[in-house]
Amino acid sequence: MAAVPAHLSACEAVPWRRVRRQRRVADRLMRVLCVAFTAVGVFALGWILAMLAWEGVHALSPRIFTEATPGPGSEGGGLANAIVGSLVLTFLGIAIATPIGVMAGTYLAEYGKASRLATTIRFVNDALLSAPSILIGLFVYTVMVQPMGSYSGWAGAVALAIIATPVIVRTTEDMLRLVPSTLREAGAALGAPPAIVIRSITWRAARAGMVTGIVLALARIAGETAPLLFTALNNSSWFNANLLGGVSNLPVTIFQFALSPYPNWQQLAWAGALLITVAILALSVSARLLLRRRTTR
Amino acid sequence: MTAVTERLALDRPAPAVRPSALAAVDRVFRLSAHLCALLVLAVLVGVLAAMVHGGWPIFRELGAADFLTSSVWDVNTDRYGAWPAIAGTLMTALIALLIGVPVSLGIAVFLTELAPPWLKHPIATAVELLAAVPSIIYGMWGLFVLAPLVARYVQAPLNQVVEGMPILGTILSSQVPSGTGIATAGVILALMIIPFIASVTRDIFDQIPTVLRESAYGIGCTTWEVVRHVLLPQAGVSIIGAIMLGLGRALGETMAVTFVVGNANRLSASIFDPGSTIASRIANEFNEAFGLQMNALLALGCVLFLVTFAILFVARLLIARVRAP
Repeated sequence: MAAVPAHLSACEAVPWRRVRRQRRVADRLMRVLCVAFTAVGVFALGWILAMLAWEGVHALSPRIFTEATPGPGSEGGGLANAIVGSLVLTFLGIAIATPIGVMAGTYLAEYGKASRLATTIRFVNDALLSAPSILIGLFVYTVMVQPMGSYSGWAGAVALAIIATPVIVRTTEDMLRLVPSTLREAGAALGAPPAIVIRSITWRAARAGMVTGIVLALARIAGETAPLLFTALNNSSWFNANLLGGVSNLPVTIFQFALSPYPNWQQLAWAGALLITVAILALSVSARLLLRRRTTR
Repeated sequence: MTAVTERLALDRPAPAVRPSALAAVDRVFRLSAHLCALLVLAVLVGVLAAMVHGGWPIFRELGAADFLTSSVWDVNTDRYGAWPAIAGTLMTALIALLIGVPVSLGIAVFLTELAPPWLKHPIATAVELLAAVPSIIYGMWGLFVLAPLVARYVQAPLNQVVEGMPILGTILSSQVPSGTGIATAGVILALMIIPFIASVTRDIFDQIPTVLRESAYGIGCTTWEVVRHVLLPQAGVSIIGAIMLGLGRALGETMAVTFVVGNANRLSASIFDPGSTIASRIANEFNEAFGLQMNALLALGCVLFLVTFAILFVARLLIARVRAP
């Protein structure tokens, strides 16, 4: 009881009961605020998904997958060319980004480590990771679209690859660093040079994590719109395999259709938005499951 | 110990049994890893170079100061000023932070300190998954749901209330209650950065040793006092780092903002009037731009690049300083 500090016990008039009440009220207030904020946040975000599911499911129909995007003012139509185009662009982007990202991540984890170059590249990679994606679009426009003279699927794929690469670099490095160094030492003791150690021991040990990174990168670029606006743009005709011309894709189509005055275009935009969101959430969930299986095993 | 083994394993390959083939493979592998890493560096330098090179005619002809402060954007007379877009970018990001930061901190505190275990995991997962939802989805929701609501329940009543008031009358009134504008864009941006800031802050809180919390509770602290006097000081600047990462996202976000910002080229004193941000201006005009207008848009891109890069740099420094010891 004598624990009351000297400066407090000196003034007899400290109203302890009031202090206790103030502390309790402040605590209650903060708890209520935190719960309310969480409720507001979860509610708003849930509202977005509910709205998307409601409008999207109503707009879904088999012809979404069989018919091409309709022209202005015409009835019906689907999203088939946009879906195919999006798949092609996304997988091309990942195909370009994966080797570069994995090798760069390997360099950071296995060769560069704490060297000045590696530290710089790590920072630059972080910068690219959160650089506004529209700037990547502008960049690819000036180095590919302008010299080649037209919007092209290749430019779109490269823009997506530039966005996917930093994700892969980051996860690859993180995963390789988790591999115990005794494994590498064992390989080196058998006489294997670093390249063999990395390929047949380190990569193999970190495989699940590295695949997770690639899946996350896929999820990241599948919904990117801004970098495609100035690169792949669009193509209203039924899918043509020519990647040297514009390629229709879901995100840009959604953007253009949602802002249009035609009700059937807006419907298609909702359907496309639902498809893209479901795909991305499925990718994110599978990435998490992949990682969890790895860590529990 | 580690130093020795690392050198053994990597820097100096042990003399191989078949030196010729294996050594060549090894060298090629190492070289390609090195090149790929340099490629990442080259891309960033390339982005900056493309922006500076593309925007150079504007900086040369109008002068950087003139370009940044002028608020005239007229394609017909080839006069370009960046101020309306810069002001719009700053305003939307400010509104996003004002709404987003308290809410995301609240969510982080709720998830780490208050939530019962059965609620913790689902909400945390939901919040993290929502960070993956693409920005056009937020944009569509803003355009079709939020904008009409803002027009009917905020702008219309507010116009009547603030009419004739000295300062509020300018800031809060809207000429046409359409629902789209700087404020709506700010709200959408807030929703987009909440999952991000909340999950980073939650990670930071989770890293604080439980012993610290327990000892604070042990001397009779309330939950609020634990948060205020233990968690926040411990997390300290890395929370500011997390907020700045969110700010970087808000500044560079394109599609969601383009849907709801109204895309007006002029500067308005009211936050409910349409405006534009750097990113939305680029997204709207770039495909039809030619000549000096394209240079002006690339110069805008250059400004955006430098600002987001500077913010990221500071954020990384703040977060690194905490994790270092």
